[in-house]
Amino acid sequence: MKLNFENINKITISKDLLLDCGVKLNKFDVAFETYGKLDKNKKNAILIFHALSGDQFVTGLNKVTGKEGWWNLVVGENKPIDTKKYFVICANVIGGCMGSTGPKEICKETGKPYGLGFPVITIKDMVKAQAYLLDHLGIDKTLAVLGGSMGGMQALQFCSLYPNKTFTAVPIACAASHSAQNIAFNELARQAIMADPEWDAGNYISTGKIPRKGLAIARMAGHISYLSEKGLQNKFGRKLQEDKELQFSFDADFQVESYLKYQGYSFVDRFDANSYLYITRAMDYFDLYKANNGNLSLAFENTKIKFCIISFSTDWLYPTSESKKIVIALNSIGAEVSFVNIITNNGHDSFLVNEPKFLDTLKGFLESNYEDFKNEN
Amino acid sequence: MKIEDNVLLDLIETKSKVLDVGCGDGNLLLILKKNKNINGRGIEINQLKVTECLSKGLAVIEGDAEKDLINYPDNSFDFAILNQSLQQFYNPRKVLNDLLRIANKAIITIPNFGYWKVRLHLLLKGKMPITKTLPYNWFDTPNLHMSTIKDFYFLCKIDKIRIMKSISITNNKFSTINYSNLNIKNLISEIGVFLITK
Repeated sequence: MKLNFENINKITISKDLLLDCGVKLNKFDVAFETYGKLDKNKKNAILIFHALSGDQFVTGLNKVTGKEGWWNLVVGENKPIDTKKYFVICANVIGGCMGSTGPKEICKETGKPYGLGFPVITIKDMVKAQAYLLDHLGIDKTLAVLGGSMGGMQALQFCSLYPNKTFTAVPIACAASHSAQNIAFNELARQAIMADPEWDAGNYISTGKIPRKGLAIARMAGHISYLSEKGLQNKFGRKLQEDKELQFSFDADFQVESYLKYQGYSFVDRFDANSYLYITRAMDYFDLYKANNGNLSLAFENTKIKFCIISFSTDWLYPTSESKKIVIALNSIGAEVSFVNIITNNGHDSFLVNEPKFLDTLKGFLESNYEDFKNEN
Repeated sequence: MKIEDNVLLDLIETKSKVLDVGCGDGNLLLILKKNKNINGRGIEINQLKVTECLSKGLAVIEGDAEKDLINYPDNSFDFAILNQSLQQFYNPRKVLNDLLRIANKAIITIPNFGYWKVRLHLLLKGKMPITKTLPYNWFDTPNLHMSTIKDFYFLCKIDKIRIMKSISITNNKFSTINYSNLNIKNLISEIGVFLITK
């Protein structure tokens, strides 16, 4: 696949961004897309945070890959997040590989891609960079910040950092800290990438290589964790490929094998291996409990933000119990919190597929708050 | 508006913080929001109803009050409402006391098993009563702990719960219950409404 970065929107922010690791970026790029129109009173903006493998191209055509946006099902005209009504903003996270400052971009001092010379970033750093984007767009307060998975973590972090910058928040299929299991899966992915000789200690871009196998395996491992046992069983069971018989070899006999391979290798075409390392690290470091001395409620003290927490029953990566902990923390400080656990077989990926009850909840929550926000003084 | 809603509306103070346990489609919360400018929250076990509440702009948590009330801090609400569902809990006594831990006051409504039609049904037909407020067969009823208005008074007495107001509802009319008319009200009330505190 040929990637085309020529026509992407990005801004260079010439402000200091002090990263959690201690490094200061004094200039950084944020690549972003907007959909719909900002109202005169600026009360219809929705900031969407993307997940690990996502990007700023929420809907319509992805200008870089030429493929469909990752949340086409949810965002667009007459869709649950209706772009006829709302002004939708989505930015590529820093550390990403779709135009924002990240390990594959050229470091101005060395004239080479950053590679592992890029500082380790956190969810908080990503969120701070996007708050600068809101400033650039002249938006003081969004109607909503929302996202699934890592996008949900960013939403939580945003609310903790900027209690006055959004009216509502919808953290979906996420957790307030990464569990040991989450970290283990991410470490598996990182080790797969780093074990690929083509990775070349992170210098593969300079040497013209691509750690295809490592990144593909990383994605395959991830993909298993995004689906539920039942979902996989229903979709593939033990179905065989066209040959219809076991081949007594190690080629892909089973449909589930070829599915995983396809998912893995098509990912390599559009994603940067080092970015995968950096972003998974950021997720692993995420811990809103620890950041607040073990008391998650303190992260949201005195918040006026209206929360709608959504989890999925078969999500074993970010299980419902993690969402409930967030609900309890918000409840205990009297925050305005709603919660829904959607019953489904689609696992963690439920927020990316057609899940009518989820979509109805999201749509209803945004619509009612759109009216309330408009009338807010 | 239903007569029960009217009665509840009168009991709730303006601008108070209200938790509606088993809030259903959020109708009561909306009425209270509109008429009393309350700061309302709900808990509801049925997901479709939760979604309906969210689309009305209400803050509602999908959950089972029996398990989730424990997560609410002490004295975090002015009022807790339990509208005709006390009898559906495994441990109504614990729920009742939990509500009074979370809220300063609670409003409980119960279908009165002491209502004369209920008594007559059992007496004459020899079968479990099926009435307007108790529309279920014994084998598929969600009602696990039926009680009469007098029974409710008894529980309040042993748990040292103070009944501040007690109202009888029958045929869309309401009247006050007190100790002197308790026996007769226990016979002629379809529904009992209680404002209680500790």
